[in-house]
Amino acid sequence: MFESLSHLALQQYWWIIISVLGGALVFLMFVQGGQTLIYQVGKSKDERTMLINALGRKWEFTFTTLVTFGGAFFASFPLFYSTSFGGAYWAWMVLLFAFILQAVSYEFRSRPGNVFGARTYETFLFINGLIGTFLLGVVVASFFTGSPFTLTDLNETRWESPLRGLELLFNLHNLILGLAVFFLGRTLGLLYFKNTVEDEKIENNIRKQLWYNALPFLILFVAFITWLMFRDGYAINPDNGEIFMEPYKYFRNLIEMPLVLILFLAAVILVIYGIAITLFRNSSAGIWFTGPGTFLAVFSLFLVAGFNNTAFYPSSIDPQSSLTIMKASSSHFTLTVMSYVSLMIPIVAAYIWFTWRAINKKKISKDELSSGESHFY
Amino acid sequence: MLENIDFTLVNWSRGQFALTAMFHWIFVPLTLGLSYIMAYMETMYVKTGDPEWKRITKFWMKLFGINFAIGVATGIILEFEFGTNWSNYSWFVGDIFGAPLAIEGIMAFFLESTFIAVMFFGWDKVSKRFHLTATWLTAIGASLSAIWILVANAWMQNPVGTFFNPETARNEMINFWDVFLSETAVNKFVHTITSGFVLASIFVIGVSSWFLIKKRELLLAKRSIVIASVFGLISSFVLIGTGDSSAKEIVKTQPMKLAAMEALYEGQTNAPLVAFGILSGKENHKNVDADSQADFLFKIEIPSMLSWLAYGDTDNFVAGIKDLIMGNEEQGILSYEEKIKRGYEAQQALLALKKVQKNNPESPEAEALKAKFRDPDFIENNVKYFGYGNFYDPDPEVLKKNAFKMVPPISMTFYAFHIMVILGGLFLLLFAVFLYLVMKDQLHNKKWLLWAGVWTIPLAYIASQAGWIVAEVGRQPWVIQDLMPTMKAVTHIDVGSVMTTFILFSVTFIGLFIAEIRIMIKQIKVGPQKKEDINNV
Repeated sequence: MFESLSHLALQQYWWIIISVLGGALVFLMFVQGGQTLIYQVGKSKDERTMLINALGRKWEFTFTTLVTFGGAFFASFPLFYSTSFGGAYWAWMVLLFAFILQAVSYEFRSRPGNVFGARTYETFLFINGLIGTFLLGVVVASFFTGSPFTLTDLNETRWESPLRGLELLFNLHNLILGLAVFFLGRTLGLLYFKNTVEDEKIENNIRKQLWYNALPFLILFVAFITWLMFRDGYAINPDNGEIFMEPYKYFRNLIEMPLVLILFLAAVILVIYGIAITLFRNSSAGIWFTGPGTFLAVFSLFLVAGFNNTAFYPSSIDPQSSLTIMKASSSHFTLTVMSYVSLMIPIVAAYIWFTWRAINKKKISKDELSSGESHFY
Repeated sequence: MLENIDFTLVNWSRGQFALTAMFHWIFVPLTLGLSYIMAYMETMYVKTGDPEWKRITKFWMKLFGINFAIGVATGIILEFEFGTNWSNYSWFVGDIFGAPLAIEGIMAFFLESTFIAVMFFGWDKVSKRFHLTATWLTAIGASLSAIWILVANAWMQNPVGTFFNPETARNEMINFWDVFLSETAVNKFVHTITSGFVLASIFVIGVSSWFLIKKRELLLAKRSIVIASVFGLISSFVLIGTGDSSAKEIVKTQPMKLAAMEALYEGQTNAPLVAFGILSGKENHKNVDADSQADFLFKIEIPSMLSWLAYGDTDNFVAGIKDLIMGNEEQGILSYEEKIKRGYEAQQALLALKKVQKNNPESPEAEALKAKFRDPDFIENNVKYFGYGNFYDPDPEVLKKNAFKMVPPISMTFYAFHIMVILGGLFLLLFAVFLYLVMKDQLHNKKWLLWAGVWTIPLAYIASQAGWIVAEVGRQPWVIQDLMPTMKAVTHIDVGSVMTTFILFSVTFIGLFIAEIRIMIKQIKVGPQKKEDINNV
């Protein structure tokens, strides 16, 4: 089935899968966003325990999606992996540390003898929420703004900034997307709490906090998209593979790929609708609109970054070194093998959905805290 | 030319990876084994309806959860480090190495993380049978994730199913099943996973022994010991069996590793096995030359055993370190000097290709060079030794010296191997004795033996780490056998950055380790939930 596809078709197929995983990852960042709000939403110890448990049974999905996103990127576009991870060393390392801290915090926080005390683990969760969202946004923004690297004949990376990735923080557009993702994570976190936790006080705090987070998110997001539409982009000349700067490249990509444009607009509507029904109608279903909206928005932005003869990982100092999905990809054979594996993704999604519903049937409430039946963080 | 290599950077990068991998491996084997032990216990609960089984299951599950978290936290570091610290490697073999990592994520990690949530939070939310299924799926998910990363590791030890593509300057996969089902991959997976089963069994026996010593939770302890010693006993046999088949395969694919494991300098027929030995330390891998000899202060040998282990025939010749470096015509062994020259030729052909392609990618000259890389003779005689070319030097004397540098740390490999084997035998004995005594109901009054059970726990961890030292230190200087030396795989970065992350990792790991150990011990001391709350368990 897949072996008869052209190399280009497989490269495009895998870029779509990367985009799906990227979209899923940002949606699932509601865990990170929620982690930064534990003290603002939960005023008492019991309230905070409820919030942490609401997140605690979902954090592994986000974590696993991040690991799979990395693995899939490695397998399908190894040149990106070697260039970006090896080059932007510190950006990835800081991100990595933020996730190491998260992985132990839930399990250790309430255990006797945990050495550092519950507050420390809660701080770890906060750090993970802040850095995990912000830095990921910054790195993804560099898919449009570019990074300072060159490639040798043998495809070895030379990163020209001694800051090794931290230089990405000195670009205003990168910062804007980083902050946008941070506030998006918090917005999604609030919507998730609203959906999962049954407690009057918590619900009141959620709505107040939603104003403080959804508005900054929307402003930052609009700022980023406006700038993106107006800037020059890294385009590929399909005849000779040369990279050149094309005015309004990303705007053109949306216009020239109407399906992506429709997805993107639908995404924006869903995101706003989910926030609005929570704010104005006190609905708890907001996450089911803003979540998929987020997924679609990120998905379509990834397609804008990599499709329609666009270099998805541009070099700001040597445009010809920029990575395109053609240049960075694995061989035809490997992509074929991987494509068969990708057929498992719907099955995975199905059992995640099934178990998610089974576990979330009952809302988390104060009663459950004292039932003693479940594993508690 | 070796003087162009920044060995400080290489060593810090290696150190960081070793630190992470070894720390990760403290937690993984227990996860691999304990998950099945728990699943079996829960099956007993569902079958018999005896609430005591549920208490037992939940107790071990709690310990499992504490251990699992750190395994996850450290696993992601390894994945990232392939890119951050080994970026040349990531490109050179990403076409093969990336796929198992991605499959691992899609196939195994989601299975594990989804059903672990049901396992921990589902007791009162899903049916008994669904819960039991979730526990089994968690165990299977853990094993599946081990398969893929071990396939990737096995490929580095024995790179099959691939070819070198000069166009992209990397290795590309041509046969997935060769990679997946190579002898190395199968041995490695079965050997590694059963080592996890053995370690977990010892953990369960050790903790249960402590309860028996303290005269607490007698039923829990005895039931757990029965299950763990049976599981451990069966796993031990498989572990030893695959250890044996690994040796037979290593002698073909990584003869230098085998020679280092036994500190065998001179090859011989009817080669004896050093069952136990102490090296004087005067000879080491840094000063190997044509006159080097093994220098045991003391050793116990089993005659002809090494030949038999490696080939199943005592008359066979086992190559020593010096045979492999200097060559041995009689045995058809090519010298490293020759391999270096041949690999260098392949590298030069690649560079020449890149040079002519710059002017005209389609020129006849470029086509001729590309055709070379498709020529079976050139592949067999030159490309196969691609990595050796990195040790080339125009000065023949230097080249000769470089060949003697391509030796793994001998004493470390030797000791790690022997510690692993001796402890493996001891564990087998322990399982047999514990099973016998617990069945006769004689165990609880053998206090010294129970203490021995407790103190075997750290030994299990030592044996497990030693196994990886044999595998990874023993294959140096290669990161991919014969194709890429470790020194060529690293990311070009200032050594200060790697030193800084090394220190950050060390501090983080020490902190996490102390917290984990204290929580674990505390949780064991607290023990399972009280029986009075049985309705609430």
